[in-house]
Amino acid sequence: MTVVLTPGKLGVGRVGDRALRSDGTPKVQGQFAFASDMIAPGMLWGHTVRSPHAHAEIVEIDISEAVAMPGVHAVLTHADVPGAKTYGLEFADQPVLAIDRVRYYGEAVALVAAEHPEQARRAAELVKVTYRELVPVTDMERALESAPLHAGKPTAGHGYREDDRPNVVRHVVIRHGDPDVEGDVTVTGTYELGIQDQAFLGPESGLAVPDGEGGIDIYAATQWLHVDRRQIAPCLNLPEQQVRLHLAGVGGAFGGREDLSMQIHAALLALHTNRPVKIVYNREESFFGHVHRHPARIWAEHRATREGRIVCVKMRILLDGGAYASSSTAVAANAASFAIGPYAVANALLEATAVYTNNPPCGAMRGFGAVQTCFAAEAQMDKLADLLGIDPIELRLLNAAAPGDVLPTGQRIEGSFPVAATIRAAAALEPPAPEPLPRDPLRLPGGAGNTTRGEGVKRGIGFAVGFKNIMFSEGFDDSTAARVQLFADGSAEVHCASAEVGQGVSDVILQVARTELGTDLVRLAPQTTATVGSGGSTSASRQTWMAASAVRDACRAAIERRDAGDAEVDVEIVYRHAETTPLDPETGQITGDRAHVAFSVCAMKVVAEVDVELGLTRIVWIGAAQDVGRAINPLAAEGQVQGGAAQGMGLAVMEEIQTRNGLITNASFTDYLIPTALDMPAMDVVLVEDPDPAGPFGAKGIGEPPTVTATAAVASALRAASGQPLTRVPVTPEALIGLSR
Amino acid sequence: MRINVRVNGVPSEADCWEGESLLFALREKLGFPGSKNACEQGECGSCSVLLDGVLVCACLVLAAQADGHDVTTIEGLGTEEELHPVQAAFVETGAVQCGFCTPGLVVAAADLLERVSDPSDDEIREALSGNLCRCTGYVKIFEAVRLAASRGAGA
Ligand code: FES
Ligand code: FES
Repeated sequence: MTVVLTPGKLGVGRVGDRALRSDGTPKVQGQFAFASDMIAPGMLWGHTVRSPHAHAEIVEIDISEAVAMPGVHAVLTHADVPGAKTYGLEFADQPVLAIDRVRYYGEAVALVAAEHPEQARRAAELVKVTYRELVPVTDMERALESAPLHAGKPTAGHGYREDDRPNVVRHVVIRHGDPDVEGDVTVTGTYELGIQDQAFLGPESGLAVPDGEGGIDIYAATQWLHVDRRQIAPCLNLPEQQVRLHLAGVGGAFGGREDLSMQIHAALLALHTNRPVKIVYNREESFFGHVHRHPARIWAEHRATREGRIVCVKMRILLDGGAYASSSTAVAANAASFAIGPYAVANALLEATAVYTNNPPCGAMRGFGAVQTCFAAEAQMDKLADLLGIDPIELRLLNAAAPGDVLPTGQRIEGSFPVAATIRAAAALEPPAPEPLPRDPLRLPGGAGNTTRGEGVKRGIGFAVGFKNIMFSEGFDDSTAARVQLFADGSAEVHCASAEVGQGVSDVILQVARTELGTDLVRLAPQTTATVGSGGSTSASRQTWMAASAVRDACRAAIERRDAGDAEVDVEIVYRHAETTPLDPETGQITGDRAHVAFSVCAMKVVAEVDVELGLTRIVWIGAAQDVGRAINPLAAEGQVQGGAAQGMGLAVMEEIQTRNGLITNASFTDYLIPTALDMPAMDVVLVEDPDPAGPFGAKGIGEPPTVTATAAVASALRAASGQPLTRVPVTPEALIGLSR
Repeated sequence: MRINVRVNGVPSEADCWEGESLLFALREKLGFPGSKNACEQGECGSCSVLLDGVLVCACLVLAAQADGHDVTTIEGLGTEEELHPVQAAFVETGAVQCGFCTPGLVVAAADLLERVSDPSDDEIREALSGNLCRCTGYVKIFEAVRLAASRGAGA
C-alpha cells in the first residue's frame, strides 16, 4: 500500500539569502499534498461522535443502529481502545474516547468508519449516547472553589508548587527582590483576554494505513512526529517501532497541532477494519479538534519612581485551561516568567494559575502565555507614561533590560538581547501621513459598510514591545536529531524530522546544508519517524535554532568522515541546547544557571483609526522591528513577522471563541472572524541583527514574538485614538465608545 | 448519478451522490485535489475555481450543477514547465507559507487580473477579501499580485 507524498524539490540559496521556498512551486500549482489530500486504495472514511454537552456523565452508549447501517465497517467506543485509555502532551489526563464523563463540548465519544464520508456522518448521528447532564464549571475564578473535574490531581507531584485548591493545573509564584518596595507612583489595572483560535486553514486531517503485520503508518499534519508516536503507541498497545508517523502537508499550525487530534482515532479504525482510514475535520469540528489560546484575567500593579524607573511589579494571572491539561503548566510558567516584559525591574511578585474548567481545552498557541501578559504589561507601561508625563517610548527605553541584567526568575541574561535597539528601530519607522478626506469607504473604519465619511474618525498611534523565550525551558531535555548522507556523485540527503508547518524550516535546513556542504545538490528527505530521530517540537520558536544547529553539526560530522576516506557517508547526530533547570517551586527562582535558553524581542508602532461614534476600527499601519539574531532567510523572516502581526491584531480587534455555558457558539469562519485582505494594514518590517553567540550562524527563532507584541501594540493605538481604557481584547465597539471596558 | 464536467479542458466523468459538492467531486472523484477545503461553507475561498469562466467557491456548487459545464481549477493554470505569471509571482515574493490558501488565492488573483489588468491596492484587497490566509498577513500576497500585474499577467 503506497501513499504519495509530495517529493522534495531542489531549491537554491545559502545562509543569509532571500531563498525561495523549495515547496513553493508545487504549492502554487496545487500539486502539494496536504494531509486532507492523502488517499489510499480501499480507503474508508472516519467520523467522530462528539459530546453535545460541556459536562455530563455518560450513562449508556448504544451503537446497534449505527453498526447496522449499510457501508459502515466499524463503530468504536472507549471499550475498543486496546491500550492506555488516556493520553496527553504532559499528563495523560485526556481520554482517547470519553469513558464515563465528558468534560467539554465537542469531546470525542465514539468513532465510525464507512465507505463514504456521508455514510460515516449519518451513522455517527445514529450512535445513541445517553447523558446525565452536570453543571458545567465555566468561570475560571469559580473553578478554584468548585468540585474537582478530575479525580486526583493529575498534575500534582511533578515538582510543581503544592496547591490545595481544587482544579489547579499549576500555580507558579515568582518572588524577586522585595515585592513590598514602594515607588513614588503606582498604576494598577485589571485586564482580560478572550479565547483565541489558531484557525489554521488546513483542518485536522490524516490517513492511517495498517501495514498488514499489526503495525500502522500514520500520515498526519502535526508539529512533532515523535511525540505523537510516544502518545499514540501506548493507546494502541503497540511498541513504538510498529507505529510510524509521517508528516503529511501541514496547512498551518500555530500551536494547534501540538496535541493529538485524529491520529489515534484513525489508527484505531484502521487496525480494527484492516483498511486505510482517512479522517478530515470540517471547520466546525476543527474548533473542537484542537486546544486554543488560554483566555486570561490579569491584575497588575506597577510602582515607579517619579523619573520613570519601575521599582516593583506585582501581577496575578489567571488562565483558563479548559477541560484537560495539555500544555497549561508550561503556559502558566511562561506567563509568569515574561509577565513584566523585557524590562529590568529589581522587585516583583508574579503569580500565574492555570485551572481546569468545562470550557474548550486550551494549550499552545503562538506566543504561549506571553501574549496575555504582554497585553497587560504594555497597557500598564502606557498608563505609567501618561501619569508621569513621559514619552511612552522613552519610558520603555529607560527600563529596557540588557545582557547582564537579571530576569525576575533570577536568571542573568546572556547572549543576544537587544531590547533598546529593537525599540529604537521600531520607533524610527515613519508612519504614513494621515490620509485626506473624502476617501474611499474601504479606507475608513466600517469599510464597505459605508458607515462614515470621516466624521467622528480619530487617529491614534500606539507602541509596544514584547519578548519571549525560544526553545523549551525548565529542565526539559530538548533535542533535535539530524542525519546527513553523502553520496559518491557529490550529492547529499538530509533527514530531519523537524516538522515543516508552513513556517519554512525545510528551507532553513536546506540553506544550512548547502552552506556547510558547499553544494546545491542537497535533498531533504520526507519528514518521518522511520528514518531519523526526533526533531523535537515545531513550537516555542525553536526550529530555526535547533534544526539549523543539528543540521550544521551533522554536515560537519559527515565532512569529517568523508575527509577520513569514506566514499559514502551516513551520519546522525543529536543537538542539544544549553542545559536548563526547573524553577524553584516555592520562590520561582532558577535552580541552576538558567530556566530559559534564549530570548527574542519584537517592538511595534501601530496607527489606528477609530470611529468614536460607532466604535468601528481600521488598523492603518504596523511598523515592526524584530530581533532575529541573524536572518538565515530574510524573506521568510519578514513573512513570519507579517503573519504573526496579523494574528496578534486579530486577537486585538476581532477574534474570540464565544461560549455559552461552555458551549461554543461561533464554530465557523462566518462567526469566528480572522483578518481578511481588507483588515490587514500596510506593514513596514525591519530585522534587527544582533547575532547570538550560541545560535547557529548567530540566528534565533522568531515565530512568536510578533504575535506577542501585536495584540498589545494594536490595543495601544486604539486607546490613543479612542481615549478609552480598553482593558479587554478583543476590543468591542461598546468599549470603543465607552459603554463597557 | 453520473456527471460530465470539462475540467481544465478535459472531459471528465464521475459517479456522484446528489448531495456532493463540486469541491468533493473534484478532490475525491475526479482527481483534482488542488482546490482546498478549509471551511466548506463559502467563507474562506480556498476552493476557488472558475465555473464557465466565473469565479465561484466550489464548496457551494453542487457537483450536479456543474454537469455539462466547464471548470478551471488551480491545476489548469500554467503548465508543468511554465508557471502562470501569478503563480510565479507568488513563489518569487514569498507569498506562500503553508500554501493551503494558495490555490484559491492564485485562482482569484488570476481572475482579478483577467478583468482588471492594473488594479489599485484597494481593488486587490477587495478582490481577495473572500480568500482567507492565516500565515502571511497578506502583505506579500499583495506584492505578488502587483508583480504579476506589472508583468502584464492580465494583458
Ligand atoms: S472551502 Fe469553499 S469557501 Fe471555504
Ligand atoms: S499560506 Fe497558510 S493559509 Fe495562507
